[in-house]
Amino acid sequence: MPAQVRRLIVLFAVAVAGFLIVRHFLLPESFGLHGHYRAKAVDLAASQAFEYAGHLACPECHEEVAALKSPSKHAEVACEACHGPSMSHVSDPAQNKPELPRARDRCGLCHYYEASRPAGFPQVDPARHGARAECVTCHNPHSPEMVQ
Amino acid sequence: MGQELLSQLSEALKSVIGYIYPNEIELHWGLLIVLYPYITGLVAGAFILASLERVFKVKEIQPTYRLSLLTALAFLLVAPLPLLAHLGHPERAFEIFLTPHLQSAMAMFGFVYVWYLSVVLLLEIWFDYRGDMVVWSAPGRGWRRVLYSIFTLGVRSTSQEALRFDERAGRFITIIGIPSAFLLHGYVGFIFGSVKANPWWSSVLMPVVFLFSAIVSGIALVMVIYMVSSWTRRHPIDMRCLDKLGQFLFYTLVLDVSLELLDFVHRLYEAEESIDILGQMIQSRLFVPLVVVQLLLGTVVPLISLGLLQGFRPRDAIRKSLYFASGILLLVAIFFMRWNVVIGGQLFSKSLRGLTTYKIGIAGIEGAGTAALLAVLPFIILLVLIKLLPPWPKREGQDILGPK
Amino acid sequence: MRRREFLKNLASVGPAIGLLAAGSKLNGYLYAAETEKQAQSVRLYGMGIDVDVCIGCGRCAVACKKENHVPQDPFFYRTWVERYVFSVDGELRVDSPNGGAEAFPPSGVPEKEKMKAYYVPKLCNQCSKPPCVQVCPVGATFQTKDGVVLIDPDYCIGCRYCIQACPYGARYLHPQRRVADKCTFCYHRIVRNMKPACVEVCPTSARIFGEPRKSNTPLWEFMRKHRLQVLKPNLRTEPKVYYNGIDSEVR
Repeated sequence: MPAQVRRLIVLFAVAVAGFLIVRHFLLPESFGLHGHYRAKAVDLAASQAFEYAGHLACPECHEEVAALKSPSKHAEVACEACHGPSMSHVSDPAQNKPELPRARDRCGLCHYYEASRPAGFPQVDPARHGARAECVTCHNPHSPEMVQ
Repeated sequence: MGQELLSQLSEALKSVIGYIYPNEIELHWGLLIVLYPYITGLVAGAFILASLERVFKVKEIQPTYRLSLLTALAFLLVAPLPLLAHLGHPERAFEIFLTPHLQSAMAMFGFVYVWYLSVVLLLEIWFDYRGDMVVWSAPGRGWRRVLYSIFTLGVRSTSQEALRFDERAGRFITIIGIPSAFLLHGYVGFIFGSVKANPWWSSVLMPVVFLFSAIVSGIALVMVIYMVSSWTRRHPIDMRCLDKLGQFLFYTLVLDVSLELLDFVHRLYEAEESIDILGQMIQSRLFVPLVVVQLLLGTVVPLISLGLLQGFRPRDAIRKSLYFASGILLLVAIFFMRWNVVIGGQLFSKSLRGLTTYKIGIAGIEGAGTAALLAVLPFIILLVLIKLLPPWPKREGQDILGPK
Repeated sequence: MRRREFLKNLASVGPAIGLLAAGSKLNGYLYAAETEKQAQSVRLYGMGIDVDVCIGCGRCAVACKKENHVPQDPFFYRTWVERYVFSVDGELRVDSPNGGAEAFPPSGVPEKEKMKAYYVPKLCNQCSKPPCVQVCPVGATFQTKDGVVLIDPDYCIGCRYCIQACPYGARYLHPQRRVADKCTFCYHRIVRNMKPACVEVCPTSARIFGEPRKSNTPLWEFMRKHRLQVLKPNLRTEPKVYYNGIDSEVR
């Protein structure tokens, strides 16, 4: 075998061996267990902390509000849709309080008239309805059909 | 740095026409990703030119043989840099070598790059220069002795047999090198061509068009470098070589144009759902880069001038000027071809209802400054390589060993 | 002679088996995810979207950003809402101001000229044949056994190929973490039998989450009751987000 080939074979063998050794140490442990990815990444995704507690959490403490809300038009509206993420409140109710939105525009996010909304959905013309008062002046948000 | 991005995106949002998906406001593959296929294209093209001499025995272009190889090497060394600069996590780039996802065209990068650099380019250069390096490492030449000794990898025979083996091995490597060069640049075309989500990119012709425009750019580059280096060395330009280069450049350009024309006509004829927004894009956002620079200045003008030179033979000075001008125009044109593909593919929304903009920053890692640096760097490396491994025959009195 | 031939052939079987074994290991490497999925009849998640009842309030877009710490700037979304307004003269106007997070201002189409209009919530379709997973060069994005496409933020190199490959614009590059990001169906919630944040807060139940193959569940009922469409079916990504009430105009 010519000297060139001998020398090159040795060099390539060393390079490949070196690569394989380095790869052995750098390859993440859980890679390839379930597919071409780090299996640990699934656990990472599954262990993300909650911000929203979910609609089942609130009635545990707020029974009266839940009782008021469940036969109302807002029965299917999650508490956190208006009150925002409340997991921190569940963890420490005294320290962390969820939002208590009273501004007109907050109700308006759903209920101001917008032409693209499906027909039949309760909407109001903000200029004409309620004279710029807060909606909660007349409507209990947990039972909105009752009007004072 | 985050603030700059946000203000850039706010600005871009104002220039949106029609509707784009909210996430599309950030254009992800910018100038650096235009640069990468341009650089690997130059590598592939320069190498194909070298192989024309070696494998297809086109003797006239012999003066550019070693120059083509060194040019290819200089550019190949720079090629991964725009990619590294672009990555969100360049420190994790080695993962492509560790766990390449074989279904991904981009994963080919690791293999193809290493294969091409080591097995093709470095080996070919080694076989071609080994004999000379043995001579240059002869005792009495100081630090060069050590350097060249190392480069010879300890294989110091300069017997006829050894040199003949070098010649045959080099030829063999070149033969392997041609499909390797196709792969080196073709896979980049496939990266774009296989994205079914993007109607501007998704095309069977994409890898082929990329490859042929790469060959055009490679030949143009070597031609320009040959002329410039001849002028700086005060060495007369071999007109037979130049004319041959010009001829190859012309015919490759004709092939490249035919392919791009085919793509264009096919698109226009089929007129499927993306045609309206793409047409809008070409007439507005891409008008200058595509119609003015790539097509008119970069294709029609060189086609005419190189074409004329196939039929007419004005005196040397005029031919040199025409070749030089065509070479520069083509280098610019092929850069813009990459631009029009990469940036163009992101200027329209995948909703097919809107257009956005791309503004290049000057500073920052994705800015024009970095791109300019990366564009200049290969030439600096080439200068070093030329100094270390002179690609021209020495003046009278000193002959060189090595395959010719 | 024949015996020698036979033995020689036998000897070559060894390396052949070795190659096959190596090949199948490679195969296993390549296709482990699919065979895993077939082997275990685990949950397979999906989502239904009832465009007929979506009011475009944007609570979903807001909740998603809060639950998953998506940057608040109007350039990065895991989910968003689009509005389609068809005029009498045949024009279609599509918009999504800040992803719909602050609901929608008037569309600019006068009431008289409006033919019809509706909202379309969009999110990652968690495709069964995800092109984004196909193109990832390192294996930083993948499909779990339960059909959710996830991103490994500690492995992603930020090359952005997946963002280019997604036909739906569902992915973005996280500006601080410099890795790809997208809707995960709130994987951390659904594996604990909770609903994704967007589903949780939707006031009209326009988003229905569940398992498409599990009969007598809300999602199953939704899928049974309505004629469904997925986005860009011609691309054969096989999305697992099923729309009721959109036109063919919706991309």
